[in-house]
Amino acid sequence: MNTQHAERPTSPTQAHAPILRVQGLTKRFHPDFPPVVENVGFTVEQGEVFALLGPSGCGKTTTLRLIAGFEQPESGQVWLEGREITRLPAEERGIGFVFQDYALFPHLSVFENVAFGLRRLRGKVRQARVLEVLGLVGLTVFKDRKPGELSGGQQQRVALARAIAPGPKLVLLDEPFSSLDAALRQATRDEVRALLKQAGIGAILVTHDQEEALSFADRLAVMRSGQLEQVGTPEEVYHRPRTPFVAQFLGRTNLIPGEARGLEAETPLGRILLSEEAHGAVLLSLRPEGLGLAMPLGHLGISGKQLEGTVLAREFKGHDMTYRVQLGNRELIVQESPESPFRPGDKVRVLVRAKAVVVGRGQ
Amino acid sequence: MVYGLSKPIPRPLLAVAVLVGAAVVLPLLYLVLRAAQAEPQQLIEIVLRERNLQLLGNTLALLVGVIALTTALALPLAWITSRTDLWGKRFWTVLLVLPLAVPGYVGVFGFFGATGASGWLEHLLGFPWPRPTGYLGALGVLTLFTYPYLFLNLRAALLGLDAGLEESARSLGYRGLEVFWRVVLPQLRPALFAGWLLIGLHVLGDFGVVSLVRFETFSYAIYLQYSASFDRVYAAWLSLMLILLTGSLLWLEARLLKNLSLSRVGLGSARKPQPVRLGVWWLPSLGLMAVPIVGALGVPLTSIVYWLAQYPSSPHTRSFEAVLEALRNSVQAAAPAAFLAACLALPLAYLGVRYPSRLSRLLERAAYIGYATPPLAFALALIFFSLRGVPFLYQTLALLILAYALHFLAEAIGPIRSALYQAPPRLEEAARSLGYNPLQAFLRATFPLLRRGLLASMALVFLSAVKELPLTFLLAPVGYSTLSTRIWGYTSEAMFAEAAPYALLIVLFSAGLVGLLLSQERR
Repeated sequence: MNTQHAERPTSPTQAHAPILRVQGLTKRFHPDFPPVVENVGFTVEQGEVFALLGPSGCGKTTTLRLIAGFEQPESGQVWLEGREITRLPAEERGIGFVFQDYALFPHLSVFENVAFGLRRLRGKVRQARVLEVLGLVGLTVFKDRKPGELSGGQQQRVALARAIAPGPKLVLLDEPFSSLDAALRQATRDEVRALLKQAGIGAILVTHDQEEALSFADRLAVMRSGQLEQVGTPEEVYHRPRTPFVAQFLGRTNLIPGEARGLEAETPLGRILLSEEAHGAVLLSLRPEGLGLAMPLGHLGISGKQLEGTVLAREFKGHDMTYRVQLGNRELIVQESPESPFRPGDKVRVLVRAKAVVVGRGQ
Repeated sequence: MVYGLSKPIPRPLLAVAVLVGAAVVLPLLYLVLRAAQAEPQQLIEIVLRERNLQLLGNTLALLVGVIALTTALALPLAWITSRTDLWGKRFWTVLLVLPLAVPGYVGVFGFFGATGASGWLEHLLGFPWPRPTGYLGALGVLTLFTYPYLFLNLRAALLGLDAGLEESARSLGYRGLEVFWRVVLPQLRPALFAGWLLIGLHVLGDFGVVSLVRFETFSYAIYLQYSASFDRVYAAWLSLMLILLTGSLLWLEARLLKNLSLSRVGLGSARKPQPVRLGVWWLPSLGLMAVPIVGALGVPLTSIVYWLAQYPSSPHTRSFEAVLEALRNSVQAAAPAAFLAACLALPLAYLGVRYPSRLSRLLERAAYIGYATPPLAFALALIFFSLRGVPFLYQTLALLILAYALHFLAEAIGPIRSALYQAPPRLEEAARSLGYNPLQAFLRATFPLLRRGLLASMALVFLSAVKELPLTFLLAPVGYSTLSTRIWGYTSEAMFAEAAPYALLIVLFSAGLVGLLLSQERR
C-alpha cells in the first residue's frame, strides 16, 4: 500500500527497530485483586503479524488496550518505533484499532466512517484515499450505505478499512473474527492477512481460538492469568511447548510424568525418546498424533512385555480417527488414520511414534 | 469483561458534574442558613408553635387519605384492565391514564366551575351542588388526579407476574381470593411502594389544589407566610419541616424495599395467565372505571367547554391578547429552562453511565433531591439564595428559568441516560484511535447518537415547566403571568369564564406530556 499518507513517518535511523516494544507492562483494576496484566513484555517487528492467545479473562484484551492507550498501565513501558509512548494519549499514538463489535459510527455512511480518521486530508486527496482503502477491502460499491445496512463480514471490512486508512504502522485487532460465522471466518481471516502483508502493516491479534492464532500469526504469545507463558512461531509453540498449560491450550495433548536420563525417559508408556536433553523427574507432552494403536502381541502369537490398553471411545472425524484409550490408571488420546479398525472394548497396544516434549521439570 | 472499575474520571467532566450537583443542593443550604438565624428563644417559639402540630396533622391526614383512596381505586382498576376478559383493555387503560394530563389546579377549576351557585351543574339540575372545599375537597381532587401513578405501576406489575406462582398456590389448595392475598398482593409490594412514593411526593409538594380548596397543609402555610406577613425565618422553618417530612417518606420507601427480593427463582420463562372471566361483574367494573373517567376527565373538560362558551359574554373578559401574552410568557420561561436542563443533565448522565461509582451516584442523587423537594420549599430556598448570593438575579426571569431547570433536572436525565446506554463507549475509543481528543471524540462519535434523547429531555422539561405552578408563583418577576398562574388566579376568584381558555391550553400541553411519557416508557 502507498504509505506516503502516513501521518507519522519513521526516521531512517529507526528503520530496523521493532515497530512495537512492550516491557514489564502491569495493570491492576482494583488494589485488592491480583493484576490483570503482569510484567508482560514482547516485541513486534515491522510488518509482522503477532497474536496474543489465551483463555477469556487472561488479560490479553487489556494488554491490547494498554498498547492502544485506552488504559493506563501501573508500570512498564510501551515503545512505538523506538519512541516511548506509555503516557501518550490514545489519539496521539497513531495506532489503528479494530474492535470485536467493530464500533462503526452508526450515524455515518461507510465512506464517512473510513474518512473519519483522515483529519489532515482535505477534498480530492481525502476522497481518493478513502476510495483507495475501500477498494483494498472490496467495498467501493457500498460506500454510501450506513453500517446497519451491511452484513457482519462487510462491517468487519469497513472497520479494518477505517483503522488502516490513516496509514498506521501497527493495527490492533481485538477478536475481530469472533462475531463472524465459521464459513465466513476462514475466508475473512485469509483476506485480512493478505491485506496486512501487502500493505506492510504490523498487527497484533487478540484471540482465544488457538487454530486462528496458529494459522494467522507469524509469531504468537500464549497468555495465562495476566502473564506470558511462551512466545514463538506457531510451529515452535505447538511442537515445543514450554509449560503444560501451553501444551494443553494449543490442541489436545497427553501429559505424562517420567524420569529423564539424557535424551530418554522412563514413563508409564515405556522408555521414550525426548526432543531435548533432561535429567530427573519431568512432565512430558505427547500429542495424540505422536501415538498409535496396534493389535496386542498375543493376537499375533507373540508373547512378551507390552503396554496393553482398552479402547474407551472412538470419534470418527472424516480425515482421522481419535481414540480414548485406558492404559493402567491413565487415559490417553490417540489419533489414528480413518480406517483404523478398533472398537470400544478392544484390547490394543499403544505405540509411541514421536519424541516427547519436556513441559515441566523437577516434579 | 468489566473495564473502568478504577478508571480515573476526566477532571473537566468531574468539575462540571460537581458544579451541577452543587447548584441543586446549594439553595437548600441557604434555606438552612436562613432558618439558623433564629435566636434560641425565637427558635423554641417557632418550632413548638401549636400551629405546626395542626399543620402536621392536616398534611399527614391528607397524605394517608389520598394514599388509601388511590389504592382503593387503582388496585381494582389495574386488575380489571390487566387480568380479566374485559373488552378493549388498551382503550380503557389509556383513558384511565389520561387524568395525568390534568394538573390539580385545573381539576379544581373543573369542579369549582361545575358546582356552586354559578356552576353548570346548577344549570343542568336546577339546584346548586356543594363546592368541594377543605379536607374532603383536597382529598377528592388529589385522589382523582394522582391515582394514575399507582395504576400504571400496579398494572405493569400485574402484567409481569408469573402465572405459574398462582397456579402452584391453587394446586396447594388455596382459593381465588386467598391466592390474591397470599401470592399476588405480596408480589405487588414494590409497585405499591413506588406508586405510593410518587403520590406521596405529589401530595406533599402540592400547592395548587390545597390553596384553592383552602386546606391548610405545610405548603399552603408556606404560601400564606410568603404572601401575607412573610416572616422569613418562620417560612424557612416550615419549609425545613416539609423537607424533613419528604425525607422521611423517601427513607420509609427505601426501608420497605430493602430485603425485598421478588425476582423469579429457577429456570423457565414466565407465562401469561389466563384472563379471568368477569361474568356479571362487568357492570360494577364499568361503574368503577367511570368514577375517575367522569371525575377527572369529564368534569374538567365539560367545565372548560361550558365556560369557554361563556367567555365572550363575560363582563370581565380581557381581550384575546391577554391569553396570547400568558402563553408567550409560559413558553419564554419554559423553553430556555428545557434547554438549560438538558445541558446540565448531560454531564451528570454521562458520568453516571460511563464512570459508575459512588461519587457519580451521589451526584445523580443530588438531581433527584431537587425533584423531590417540595416546589414551594425549593422556591423559597432559591429566593434566599438569590437575595444573599446573587441579588441581581432576584425577581428576574433568569431565576425562574434556573429554578425550572434545577427542579426538573431529574426528568431530563432519564432519556439522555437511555440514549447513552445505546451508544457504546467503543465508539469514542475508535475515534480516539483515529486521532481525536476525548472532547472531540465525544462530540463526533457519541453526541450525534444522543439527539433523540436530548430532544425528549427538553420536551419533557418544557411541558412540565409550562404546567408548573408553585415555582412560577413565587419566582416569576412582578406582573409576569403565565398560563398556570392565570388559571390559579381566576379560579381563586371564581372567574371561571376567564380561566377557561388558559385551562384549555394547559390541558393540551399536558396531554402532550403524557403522550411523551408513555412513548418513553414503551421503549
